[in-house]
Amino acid sequence: MEADSIKLLGAGLAAIGAGLAALGVGNVFAAFLEGALRNPGAAAGQQGNMFIGFAAAELLGLLAFVVAVLLIFVA
Amino acid sequence: MHQFQVQTIWDGFQIGGQQIAFTNSAAWMCVTVVALWLFMLGGLRRQVVPGRWQMLVEGFTGFIDSLLRQNIGKDGRAFLPYVFTLFMFILFANVLGLMPLGVVGVHPFTFTSHFTATGVLAIASFTIVLVVGFWRHGLRFFSLFVPKGTPIPVLLLVAPIEFVSFMVRPFSLALRLFVAMTAGHILLKVLAGFIINAANAGAGLGLLVGVPSFALMLGVSALELLVAGVQAYVFALLTSLYINDAVHLHDHH
Repeated sequence: MEADSIKLLGAGLAAIGAGLAALGVGNVFAAFLEGALRNPGAAAGQQGNMFIGFAAAELLGLLAFVVAVLLIFVA
Repeated sequence: MHQFQVQTIWDGFQIGGQQIAFTNSAAWMCVTVVALWLFMLGGLRRQVVPGRWQMLVEGFTGFIDSLLRQNIGKDGRAFLPYVFTLFMFILFANVLGLMPLGVVGVHPFTFTSHFTATGVLAIASFTIVLVVGFWRHGLRFFSLFVPKGTPIPVLLLVAPIEFVSFMVRPFSLALRLFVAMTAGHILLKVLAGFIINAANAGAGLGLLVGVPSFALMLGVSALELLVAGVQAYVFALLTSLYINDAVHLHDHH
């Protein structure tokens, strides 16, 4: 295979990372809702922590996007 | 892509061989500041019974105030001006970039979709963390890399990891905002391209592809508004967490 086509393949494979990050972000909110429904009184105080988890999970998905962009435009 | 291109509006002058120009990026930063200034001005009339506008502004200040109180404690008050400015500036920049001003011929430029702009904001936050940390604790600030009660052999492993995770903070802060905005705008652009290309291919294909794409675009636009708010909030939240590290080291307030 040519180098260019391999790069594009790699960029496409990076989309798997974005999909896995979607699982992670969904998991953060799902776990928060599950806990919040069990103990609604404590839910409001934990929203900040939820967003920290969301930010961490999301960043890894965005890194997959960065990898794809690097492969297509820079490498 | 055209919407991400930085274009020169006024050529400016040269310093040490570098062109210092007034670009569309700088122009939209000015627009953001003016919009923010007008917004705050409407809420600073200090009426005893606040009107709707003042309630809105007080809602934002109260929101950031409670964010800092939760994450930093009573020392957090000192950082309210900085974190509030950061939050509102990013929020206004993100939302202004999403505005459909193209229909009147003004094409918004989302400067938060550029690593240079978000990088400077992240460096500002990181600098405050470093200055506050060294100011309050001196060289004891380095104990941030040493979690309490860790045995020495484990410490050899943990300290470098803590150091790297500390140094990576400004990058992750800047990268998150920049990539989230860029990816959202590219997604909208791609979906809009589907509609145009399908309409060019004929009425049948135009309806088959164009209508679902348009529906999806509406949904994604709503999602982007949410993302614009969430990213501004996350930037402010993480900044306050990092400042808390600098103010309190490991002990919680």
